[in-house]
Amino acid sequence: MSALLEARDVVKRFGGLTALSEVSLTVERGEIFGLIGPNGAGKTTFFNVLTGLYSADQGAVVFDGKPLSAAPHQAAAAGISRTFQNIRLFANMSALENVMVGRHVRTHAGVLGAVFRTGATRAEEAAIRSRAAELLEYTGLSARAGDTAAHLAYGEQRRLEIARALATDPKLLALDEPAAGMNATETAGLKKLIERIRADGVTVLLIEHDVKLVMGLCDRVAVLDYGRKIADGAPAAVQRDPAVIAAYLGGNAEAAHAP
Amino acid sequence: MRLPASQAGKLAVFTALALLLAVLPFGTEALLGRSWVRVIDGALLFSMLAIGLNVVVGYAGLLDLGFIAFFGIGAYSYSLLASPQFGLHYPFWVLLPLGAVVAGLFGVILGAPTLRLRGDYLAIVTLGFGEIIRIFLVNLNRPFNLTNGPQGITLIDPIRIGGFDLSKTYEVFGMKVAAVHSYYFLFLLCVIASIILSLRLENSRIGRAWIAIREDEVAAKAMGINTRNIKLLAFAMGASFGGVSGGLFASFQGFVSPESFKLMDSIMIVCMVVLGGMGHVPGVVLGAILLTALPEGLRYVQPLQQSLFGRVYVDPADLRMLLFGLALVLMMRFRPQGLWPSKRREHELKGEA
Repeated sequence: MSALLEARDVVKRFGGLTALSEVSLTVERGEIFGLIGPNGAGKTTFFNVLTGLYSADQGAVVFDGKPLSAAPHQAAAAGISRTFQNIRLFANMSALENVMVGRHVRTHAGVLGAVFRTGATRAEEAAIRSRAAELLEYTGLSARAGDTAAHLAYGEQRRLEIARALATDPKLLALDEPAAGMNATETAGLKKLIERIRADGVTVLLIEHDVKLVMGLCDRVAVLDYGRKIADGAPAAVQRDPAVIAAYLGGNAEAAHAP
Repeated sequence: MRLPASQAGKLAVFTALALLLAVLPFGTEALLGRSWVRVIDGALLFSMLAIGLNVVVGYAGLLDLGFIAFFGIGAYSYSLLASPQFGLHYPFWVLLPLGAVVAGLFGVILGAPTLRLRGDYLAIVTLGFGEIIRIFLVNLNRPFNLTNGPQGITLIDPIRIGGFDLSKTYEVFGMKVAAVHSYYFLFLLCVIASIILSLRLENSRIGRAWIAIREDEVAAKAMGINTRNIKLLAFAMGASFGGVSGGLFASFQGFVSPESFKLMDSIMIVCMVVLGGMGHVPGVVLGAILLTALPEGLRYVQPLQQSLFGRVYVDPADLRMLLFGLALVLMMRFRPQGLWPSKRREHELKGEA
């Protein structure tokens, strides 16, 4: 079977700034793939291209054998779901409602169904509700189902974003710095959750700064620096790559101090 | 049949409310006179408008300052097809749904070019749209007389249900049931239907998508919501409530002119929604009733001044605007979530979050 995600020579420019410069990478089915790199390396930009929030200036992304079109709702329909670096929950909806919104793309009820409360609509609504409750259970948030998302603790909000993303039945779950701001206990819980998601058949693409988490969790890692992919491979090999060490530690003093 | 206590309680409240609503127009007429029954009728029409605008502003979070245009479109589509203007006299059960559809289409026409706009920018475009519709209504009497210009359209057919003409006075059980009473019951039914419709939409897949867009459009897109279609749907659904209300208005008045669809009226509906409690149907109905009744109540200020001071110092119309402004400023300062907010809005605007 072909790779789940294949990005070929993706270029994204913002005015004079080339945020992504011919980035190519391949994510295989069932793996946890890490995308790392210093701040401003273009990781989130790559995510945004992938999920249709930005359109690439050049290059192509093939997902599950089909080229991705540049509309976010179609990316979700195709099976890519994501979380955000700076949490973007529906703050004034309850935790359960947040996850229920995630079911939107897999359900069909329209205005007429809603107005006449047809049997099909009621059955679908019940299914949405029970699936959402299941996902809250899965992410350990059952006790907070009725609480407003904005009132949840930080770590809970991060997990709620994952539950909401899972509600779209993704083939690829893209997590943008899920461990940011978490303490050690929360991070350990998150690691378990991600492993469980993979075990349940969802491929995971992960942007993360927590090197320990990435090395312990990912099957393969790609490193971005200044919009360019400088390495990819198994975590242990990437960790020893001189170009990666230079990018993180400033091995090349001239490059590090250049204006 | 025995009911559990809570259900029995609900039934009692429901019966009491139904009885109260049934005798309301007659009691009001006996106590305050017929003009107040007309005020109640107007409040019901405005309730429908507020419920419609609430779909756009309250659920989807799209500020619309030209909403009265849809009321006008509904009123004119009824008038043109049920008056001597073109000699057409279609029945109401064709024209009211038609009004909803036509207004809904105009909702999409307004929505489509404004999809990328938010907040202030959207407000300005919708305000312009409202004015454009009004100016069209004023000027479409040449070269071909469509709207009869500023004179408006007269002799609009009243609503007839079978042989029952709502504009005539009937005697029922020894009580005189006049047009204001008959229309009251028709409007009441329409408002109840609107409330049910609106609540069902709110608690559906579509309603959740609207609220999600209001909360965070980017996240809503990422969740697979086609924000373009869902926003257009909000515009269309909201406008169709306005269209039906407009048709009812035209048949009730028997006369429409562009004068009834001015910017001030749009702003009034926004005030009803904001004052009552954005996104909360009972709240916006309360807002509509209060803001329709308040100016009428202020009319008593004129005779009061006359009797107290021997002359009129403040024109009630000016006083009305003054008090409106003051009430809104006080609301925004002390109760921004509205008089009767939804739970959601309440903690959003109290700043607990």
